Amino acid sequence: MSISNLLENWSKFRHTHPVDDKPHDPYKWAMSIDLDACSGCNACSVACYAENNLPVVGKEKYAHGQVMHWMRIEHYWDEDVGEEGGREFPDQGAQFLPMMCQQCEAAPCETVCPVGATNHTEDGLNSQIYNRCIGSRYCSANCPYKVRYFNWFNYPTTDNVWPAEMVQQLNPDVTVRGKGVMEKCTFCVQRLRAAEVTAKSEGRLVHDGEVQTACQQACPTSAISFGNLVDQESRVHRQWRAQQVELDKDKQAKDDHEEPSELRGYRILENMRPYPSVMYLERVRESAI
Amino acid sequence: MKDIREDIAWAKINQDVLKSLENPRKLYWVILFVAIAMLGVALGCEVYQYNVGMGVSNMDNPHMWGLYIASFIFWIGMSHSGTLLSAILHLMHADWRKPIYRFAEAMTTFSLMTAGLFVAVHLGRVWQIYYALPYPNERGAWPNFQSPLLWDAMAIFTYLSSSIIFLYVGMIPDLAICRDRMHEGWRKKLYTLLSLGWEGTDRQWRNFRVTYLTVACFLIPLAVSVHSIVASDFGMSQQPGWHITSFPPYFVAGALYSGCAAIITLFIILRYVFRFEEYMTLPILKKIVRLTFAIAMVWTYLNAVEFASVWYSHDQASKDVLIQKASGTYAPFWWGMIFCGSVVPLTLAFKRIQTNIPVLFAVSLLLNLGMWLERWMIVAPTFSHGIYPWTWDHDQWPSFVQWGMVFGSFGWFTLLFMVFCKVFPSVSMYEVKEMVYHRSQESKRLEETGKFAAAGKGAH
Repeated sequence: MSISNLLENWSKFRHTHPVDDKPHDPYKWAMSIDLDACSGCNACSVACYAENNLPVVGKEKYAHGQVMHWMRIEHYWDEDVGEEGGREFPDQGAQFLPMMCQQCEAAPCETVCPVGATNHTEDGLNSQIYNRCIGSRYCSANCPYKVRYFNWFNYPTTDNVWPAEMVQQLNPDVTVRGKGVMEKCTFCVQRLRAAEVTAKSEGRLVHDGEVQTACQQACPTSAISFGNLVDQESRVHRQWRAQQVELDKDKQAKDDHEEPSELRGYRILENMRPYPSVMYLERVRESAI
Repeated sequence: MKDIREDIAWAKINQDVLKSLENPRKLYWVILFVAIAMLGVALGCEVYQYNVGMGVSNMDNPHMWGLYIASFIFWIGMSHSGTLLSAILHLMHADWRKPIYRFAEAMTTFSLMTAGLFVAVHLGRVWQIYYALPYPNERGAWPNFQSPLLWDAMAIFTYLSSSIIFLYVGMIPDLAICRDRMHEGWRKKLYTLLSLGWEGTDRQWRNFRVTYLTVACFLIPLAVSVHSIVASDFGMSQQPGWHITSFPPYFVAGALYSGCAAIITLFIILRYVFRFEEYMTLPILKKIVRLTFAIAMVWTYLNAVEFASVWYSHDQASKDVLIQKASGTYAPFWWGMIFCGSVVPLTLAFKRIQTNIPVLFAVSLLLNLGMWLERWMIVAPTFSHGIYPWTWDHDQWPSFVQWGMVFGSFGWFTLLFMVFCKVFPSVSMYEVKEMVYHRSQESKRLEETGKFAAAGKGAH
């Protein structure tokens, strides 16, 4: 440890505004989710549990809010529910929003961590170092989307979380987290790293479609696309371009149109300027359910 | 009425104060026992939480912070009064502080030590707490200097170490008195060691004065910075209800407020338990009460500023949080805070109440209840009704583990404080002598110049 480390290498990990500071090259992983295609089936969430060794906490802890779903399907209803609406669940009008860590470019969680356990990687991910985390939970307090999940218990040894035979199902590429650390969606970083390393050893860049996230792979309606935003030919890049959504803007073309337009692309809570890496395509059809 | 009798013999001052180091009232042991029992509750809760996980505190997503952080701010706030009384009033030459500043300064140190424990209790992996300090290590890993939590850790350590030094430096002449007067035993050895060979020579007094003044000047900016930085934990975040520019002065005012209220409480307890009626007099109490009243009004004003700036800010999320505070789940506590913090202190404006000990005792406890609620109302509602609608669907109530820890922290503080009062003189002997001397000189001077009656300072 030296002062020079603090002075010289600091900017490598910390950007005041990563988007302008240092353009990502050759990779910037990003996503787009078509809400028109999403049927709220939860397959993405299940796939995420399997891929990332997420603990299944059980009904009680779920209701308590101690659930660990990195990828969650949020329900919103067109009409009022509960007492105001007169019914517990309306017959129609469900809207679904798959929500996971938005891998913000100027992530509010990164600046507040006292130990620097969450950082920005060169390929545009918001990384989480489990070993460094001391569990102050400041990152979650400052996360606009509340997509960070805390290990409230030592789940691997908690009853009914990982039955003994399920240990065979664990993904060997992913750590099993102990109690007291924060975790969140990684964009399946284990797959990304494997693909990046393979590509590098073959002296090329990762092809579009070569790497898929678990949620994307499981989605029956292909609502989720994932890829390299730097690559002009990638599906994600083409989608973002078609929707005129740009990474370093806090307001997109869709918002500027007063008349309804063809554009559907938006990012959630853009006005807070976290510059998220996930674009959503607005739902246009009537709700089917 | 005079702050202190002018004809107390110096020997009597020594005798009265040193008596508090000897066998105390039975009540002392009762208080000590209760404090240890309360601490036991907290220890039990911590062992349970440590073994099972943070989940037993009932925190969840999105309620990531709870009573621990609220109590942390509360105890940091308590620590401010000591510095106010000993350092700021010292520089302003307000000599009525002299009989009471020692225990206020001890309160500063011990409440900081209590606050520090809440940081540890709050962490998911308390065994890695040292990661938050910039210590040399072979991995070249630094803490994150951008994080307000790191500033917190540094500010608190600096403030704690400085206030211990300040407490100690101010005590040296008194420790020498203890050394000379106490019977043989481990305490005599301790006083001999700590009094650093004090003999009361002119040179020693001169050096002492300069040192004391320097440390006092050093401490004042720290007191302001430490609570401003605690406010930054919230102000620097993006969350509605926290992202408010006026937070640092608001927090400092709140800190002074709860600290002054705590001084009233402890003043009354010490006066009774150690029979300090001669030194902790009602006119001095009256002065603290007036100070508390003034600070209460400043706090109320800053509260109003905060509400108004949120209300007229056109930030819908922040507005919603404010509306939720006043009408949602937390409404009883929020209104309780307004009542205890802004309405109850109005009673202090009445002269009769300013010296009525039972009423003051109750009022000072209520004020601190209000200030504790205030900290809770800063932390909790933002989590229940944040920016993101998905998190609005459930409420959360702290479990017995959290409450037990808050309860036990009062035991820990009382334990430290009571042991301190038994081992070290909780009234500054040399400064009371100074005060008595200066006051009698002044009276004499006034008498000689014949202004005695005109100045209206005659004995009643």
